[in-house]
Amino acid sequence: MVIVLNESIDFRALNKRIRGTDEHKITLNGCIGQRYIGTGVSDKQIEINGTPGNALGAYLNGGEIVVHGNAQDATGDTMNNGEIVIHGNAGDATGYAMRGGKIYIRGNTGYRAGIHMKAYMDFKPVIVIGGRAGSFLGEYQAGGIIVVLGQNDDGLPIINNFCGTGMHGGKIYLRCNALPHKIPEQVCAKKIRGCDDKELSEIVKDYCKCFFGMNYNELLDADFFVLTPNSENPYKRMYTDN
Amino acid sequence: MDMYIPAEYEVVRNAENCTVCRSCERQCANGVHTFDKDLGKMTADGTKCVNCHRCVCLCPTHAIKIVKSDDTYRLNANWSMQTMNEVYRQANSGGVLLSSMGNPNDYPKYFDKILINASQVTNPSIDPLREPMETTVYLGKKDAEIKRDGNGNLIDTLAPQLKLNMPIMFSAMSYGSISYNAHASLARAAEELGVFYNTGEGGLHKDFYKYGKNTIVQVASGRFGVHADYLEAAAAIEIKMGQGAKPGIGGHLPGIKISDDVSKTRMIPKGVDAISPAPHHDIYSIEDLRQLIYTLKEATDYRKPIIVKIAAVHNVAAIASGIARSGADIIAIDGFRGGTGAAPTRIRDNVGIPIELALARVDERLRQEGIRDSVSVVAAGSIRSSADVVKAIALGADACYIGTATLLALGCHLCRSCHTGKCNWGIATQLPDLVKRLDPDNGYQRLVNLVTAWNHEIKEMMGGMGLNSIEALRGNRLMLRGVGLNETELKVLGLLHAGEDM
Amino acid sequence: MFKNNRSSSPLEGEVRIPSGCAVSAIIDRSGKTMTGEKIIRSIATMHDRSNGLGGGFAGYGIYPDYKDYYAFHLFYNDFQSRKETEDFLNKHFEIVYSSEMKTRKTKGIGNVPIIYRYFLFPLSKKLNNSLMDEEQYVVKCVNRINAEIDGAFVFSSGKNMGIFKGVGFPEDIGKFYLLDEEYKGYAWTAHGRYPTNTPGWWGGAHPFGLLDYSVVHNGEISSYDANRRYIEMFGYKCTLQTDTEVITYIIDYLIRVKKLTLQEIAKVISASFWSTIEEKSDREKREETFLRKAFPSLLINGPFSIVFGFNGGIMALNDRLKLRSMVCAEKGDKAYISSEECGIRVIEPELDRIFSPAGGQPVIYKLKEAE
Repeated sequence: MVIVLNESIDFRALNKRIRGTDEHKITLNGCIGQRYIGTGVSDKQIEINGTPGNALGAYLNGGEIVVHGNAQDATGDTMNNGEIVIHGNAGDATGYAMRGGKIYIRGNTGYRAGIHMKAYMDFKPVIVIGGRAGSFLGEYQAGGIIVVLGQNDDGLPIINNFCGTGMHGGKIYLRCNALPHKIPEQVCAKKIRGCDDKELSEIVKDYCKCFFGMNYNELLDADFFVLTPNSENPYKRMYTDN
Repeated sequence: MDMYIPAEYEVVRNAENCTVCRSCERQCANGVHTFDKDLGKMTADGTKCVNCHRCVCLCPTHAIKIVKSDDTYRLNANWSMQTMNEVYRQANSGGVLLSSMGNPNDYPKYFDKILINASQVTNPSIDPLREPMETTVYLGKKDAEIKRDGNGNLIDTLAPQLKLNMPIMFSAMSYGSISYNAHASLARAAEELGVFYNTGEGGLHKDFYKYGKNTIVQVASGRFGVHADYLEAAAAIEIKMGQGAKPGIGGHLPGIKISDDVSKTRMIPKGVDAISPAPHHDIYSIEDLRQLIYTLKEATDYRKPIIVKIAAVHNVAAIASGIARSGADIIAIDGFRGGTGAAPTRIRDNVGIPIELALARVDERLRQEGIRDSVSVVAAGSIRSSADVVKAIALGADACYIGTATLLALGCHLCRSCHTGKCNWGIATQLPDLVKRLDPDNGYQRLVNLVTAWNHEIKEMMGGMGLNSIEALRGNRLMLRGVGLNETELKVLGLLHAGEDM
Repeated sequence: MFKNNRSSSPLEGEVRIPSGCAVSAIIDRSGKTMTGEKIIRSIATMHDRSNGLGGGFAGYGIYPDYKDYYAFHLFYNDFQSRKETEDFLNKHFEIVYSSEMKTRKTKGIGNVPIIYRYFLFPLSKKLNNSLMDEEQYVVKCVNRINAEIDGAFVFSSGKNMGIFKGVGFPEDIGKFYLLDEEYKGYAWTAHGRYPTNTPGWWGGAHPFGLLDYSVVHNGEISSYDANRRYIEMFGYKCTLQTDTEVITYIIDYLIRVKKLTLQEIAKVISASFWSTIEEKSDREKREETFLRKAFPSLLINGPFSIVFGFNGGIMALNDRLKLRSMVCAEKGDKAYISSEECGIRVIEPELDRIFSPAGGQPVIYKLKEAE
């Protein structure tokens, strides 16, 4: 099913149509700011041309969303499963509290990507960012994997400030030779060679399948910093019984 | 234990009555009681006692009492013993002071300074035992458009509503902060009473999905256990923006309390801290709240009411107005005496405002703006009796949340030690030996008893006022008078003083 | 203060009314002018960020024929307030042209006040006697009308620019004022408001203006009273109790009195964390440390994203944690600022460059001739 959108089409009408159709594949052309596309959807393939609005793929439970363009804020909020592929940039709070599935971004992402990301049993969420990430990447991260590849051409550092604040689980991989900023005390950083890490290699390989011109070997044949929480319980000593 | 701090309580044992059955020793998870083999008798270490009264209640010969120690520091009206002890604790540990349950300090209790009216002569009071008396409430938006079908019949255009048999619901308490058996008791009681319990932010245990039609599920910043089935199972969804006991502060369940079962329910790995800071990191402004509300509405196809819960803070009226305009169906306001499984002491004891004042202002503001109909208001934060419920409704609430009272019904003695995770009553703990002390068959019955009794009392009070429907009580402030309140307090509450007639 | 008797609920100025919002702006740096049609479409796309309780626009370069005169836009409650105000204006200014504002009937716009426009300049004798400079004199007169004449409110007072605002969704307000037909400017800013209170008062909508400065803002600042009490030491009076008002005064003070550049002002109101300053070059460290130490009470804390308009340009700025969203873009001489990308793409699908400025990073677009 192909739906042609313009600025006067309201998100509510659009999402009703998406929920109501039996067709598996849906293409949206001329998308301009419509919010909540694919919210809670579990079995559809949605292709978006244009600029989808905030909260794209919130509570996504399976299926696939592909964006040819940039996504705005809060993409993949509390997503459980499925795949979101963005052939541009993604805004702030991408992958908030996601528990499963993957978000692949060709370009950059804004502030607070992967905040509250979790993992649980077989659920292991993955965010891969082709370019760079804004401040507070992986804030309160409790599980899952974030990879930043640093392929941005604007000369800015791969991450902004305060990466991994409050992190207490999961991993962040940053493809760089040196960390551009200090990282918080509760987080430790280890330098590795990308190709030596099996988990990372598989993720990057899968990511490269989605984007034309991304060279898997070239991306992995580089230094990465792996950030992990420093101890199992970073806040244990913060409180006193009263 | 800090060497500077003397025991707060003394365990007094009547040697004549004590049979050395060692029940007290088995009952105390804090290790207060021990059997001294050499002496052949029980001894007690008062420094470990939190005064939960478990040993007292379970002693078969009533041999034990716990008394406040009369040992004091040099008396000082400025530096109380509690204040001094807090300094010692922090000097010892360097930690943030952590407390549980509601603010215990001596702030004004406005409910106790409000009196209810009754009919005499000029209009009849009603006997609720013989005459019909309605306490059913529907929560949700009332601002429906009048539409008719082709035959001229009215179409139900109302947004989704929650039906309560009585204007009382159980406040949010997460599985993790309270036990499986406590949750089981609340869920079953809610079902039998025809009201709702609230999962809190800890997810919904698979065993309790069957109570879905009486369940409100919560979405907090950490999004624990939030997924499609969870939202689908519930009767309503509550977005937790704040909590009365700790406005501006979030939750933090230490990894040690994340048992196997809690981990499954929250959908996080075992033993990893569950942190849910105060802000939703996608809500930094009022229009972002709208976004989260509509994300949830879209995810549930507009079939479920969305509740937004906030702590009562200084500009609560303006905030509530903004929430009412953001698509929320129900606003829950939690006063500063509301309970908690753990909160920093300084926050619990110093932040927020009383529910009575917050409720009065919110109701008034929404009416001034002509939008009281677009949202229901639920009052929470130390509703201690049916009289508090009646007063809250007359001030403007549609219904009340009760939390601490439900825990008391389950056996809690308000020792305020939930944060230690060693609740001897099996309520605020995940330790299997303690959890099994709370029998849900008994617990649920006690909750049903409590709320049924309150409902009777509400009907009695309504009957006295000559009202036979709870709608007629809502916002009916002339049924209330203040006593011993100053002019500002009366103005904020919108009440006349006792003795003033209309 | 201006009161509206129709509503019993409190207005701006009586209580503090926090609000969220959407912002948008366009500038053609070559100085070419455009109608308000594009800015209306841009802000309309972000309809869900407003709630119909306020919308407004500022246009720059819209009064070329009267560019040397102050353009006052006024709301009147009734004929009486208009008469009183015009008596006052005649006493203090030479009015070169005045008329009722041209508007069109628009669905969704009701309770419309009487709206007038005046082009004027201060009477030289009065100005000389006042011992104030011209701008101070004009500001003082505006404040007197707003504070002392019941039912009158000056909502725009700059030269060769104008603010148009009211209660309603911004796209409806834009059409109501015929911005899509009657006016052509080189820069436009727009605001859709989401206040936590009642409709009622047109003066409470945004932008807020002070002479040719205008501010649109999305967010709610937590430092409000610390900022207000500080800035009021310097003769400002925050009568509306809104964020935009205090932000405008802060910027005015730092530009006009303290002679700071816009870049420096960003380092004051959206200062970096000390730990971030510590990582910067020596020169930046020295400069930013100085500014933070010198103006601690002008650090604006809490979420905000603003677009500051002035004669010759616009500036976008976010709070230092970037708690509000903001996107900037460029296409040839045109530059765009918007709360959401869709607000730009809808009027310019193909862009040369699009980016999200970091928290505290000002983005300044000026006319080429002004640079």
